[in-house]
Amino acid sequence: MDGASLGRQFEDLFLPHLNAAYSLARFIARDPVAADDIVQESFLRAFRSFEKYRGGDAKTWLLSIVRNCSFDWSKSSRRAAGVTTDAGPAGHAGSPMLPADGDSPGEAFGDALGRWIPNPDELGDITQDSPETAVLRQSEIDEVRAMIRRLPEPFRETLVLRELEELSYKQIAEITGVPIGTVMSRLARARQMLTQELEHVR
Amino acid sequence: VSACPDKELLLHGLLDGELDAANTLSFEAHLGECAACAAEFKRLQALRSRLRIPGVAFEAPAALRARIAAVVGTEALGRATDSAGVVVLDRDVRVASRDAATGGLAVTAADRQVRVVDESASPAVSTLAGRATVGSKPGMRAGVPAGARSSGLQRGRKPLFAWAWAGSVTALAASLAFVLFVHVPRSNITDELVAGHVRSLLASHLVDVVTSDRHVVKPWFAGKVDFAPPVLELTDQGFPLVGGRLDYIHGRVVAAVVYRRRQHIINVFVWPAGAGPALAGTARHDGYNVASWSQGGLDLWAVSDVDPADLQQLRAAFVTAQAPRTPE
Repeated sequence: MDGASLGRQFEDLFLPHLNAAYSLARFIARDPVAADDIVQESFLRAFRSFEKYRGGDAKTWLLSIVRNCSFDWSKSSRRAAGVTTDAGPAGHAGSPMLPADGDSPGEAFGDALGRWIPNPDELGDITQDSPETAVLRQSEIDEVRAMIRRLPEPFRETLVLRELEELSYKQIAEITGVPIGTVMSRLARARQMLTQELEHVR
Repeated sequence: VSACPDKELLLHGLLDGELDAANTLSFEAHLGECAACAAEFKRLQALRSRLRIPGVAFEAPAALRARIAAVVGTEALGRATDSAGVVVLDRDVRVASRDAATGGLAVTAADRQVRVVDESASPAVSTLAGRATVGSKPGMRAGVPAGARSSGLQRGRKPLFAWAWAGSVTALAASLAFVLFVHVPRSNITDELVAGHVRSLLASHLVDVVTSDRHVVKPWFAGKVDFAPPVLELTDQGFPLVGGRLDYIHGRVVAAVVYRRRQHIINVFVWPAGAGPALAGTARHDGYNVASWSQGGLDLWAVSDVDPADLQQLRAAFVTAQAPRTPE
């Protein structure tokens, strides 16, 4: 097969899952800029090993690559954080909604920017709502996202794959490379943490 | 937390629809009897509906979508050319023309209606525009070049993450650039040209007519655009002719003459002088070089990722070839 039709076939199979890929990367890396890079790198890796892809669930295959890329990034960014000390602004740019732990500078910047200029990508279609509804809706969305972001890994990725991507236990097991039993217990633990947090707030 | 610790996973299994029929039945019966488990199940359901309000999952930015399409397209093209050079590129190109043939209806429709296109916004406009953007995705124009080049990913196959966190300053610059990118309406002509160039590289629509023979390309354009684009044989100067294509730039159908420079593709967009904005000179745009000039009553724009010097050389070749004005 030549490059052109291979490229087309690849796009047909995997571009439909771009949002899922991006969302997973956003929730694992907790950093919008990194998520961009991670997803681009993932698609490139996927394309380069496309010849090894033997049918099967395209979404699962792609998301497992995204996940690996995300954790590669986390590792290297942790390493980089040790070396680069000028990640300073992150400390005070963080919004009160964000936990002080693990969140990388990028997310803080993203949110800081978001306060002056709404990111149209994240506002999405809420422009159709009245301004009040839109604001309410967005703040609700932000709260849920922050709640998920505060979950430690591997509970976070498991929950995102189940609740946001609505994947089956089997698919999640394939993506995360653990037995189904482990997926189940992680999911139970993730939900337990979330319900406890919700009850705490109330 | 669960009232019956041994049943906790069943609770989640039921919520997730992962229990088989027998377990579902027996566990539902248990929920009817055990108030604590029923309460826990309600809590989980409430949590789920909270988590699943629409909009929590992130949507990929349009610019990213375009970048990926461009990167994959370039990679696909690179694969074709890497393996066997010119020969494979030719095959690649033939695929493109075969694709054009499968869309034969659109092609012939375009043939007949190009003149209509120029006069009014007829359905042919969308046909053509649609054809011109084969392989591109929504949002393409918004930011194709955004980082297709600057990322350097597809060229130097270095691991991404070595540079990704060079510093938070870079991150800030990048996110700023992204925000601004989206907000500023991009109607700049070089944007459109670079987008047209990248689209053509998406490997599904590089050329409509495939030939290195200018005597084939030139008449092919004759029936399709109301001007005669210069189609030159420049193999001696190191610019073999790949073919011709129609594109849709700045609200009109334009001719694109495609050349190759080593492994790079050069699109030369041509339209009548005055039909679009003019800019004599060269520009660098998101890693692509754009050179433009006028000759023989036409505006020409060359777009490529080759060195600006190469584009200058191409321009010089065009200008000198035109100078004697030998009738074709």
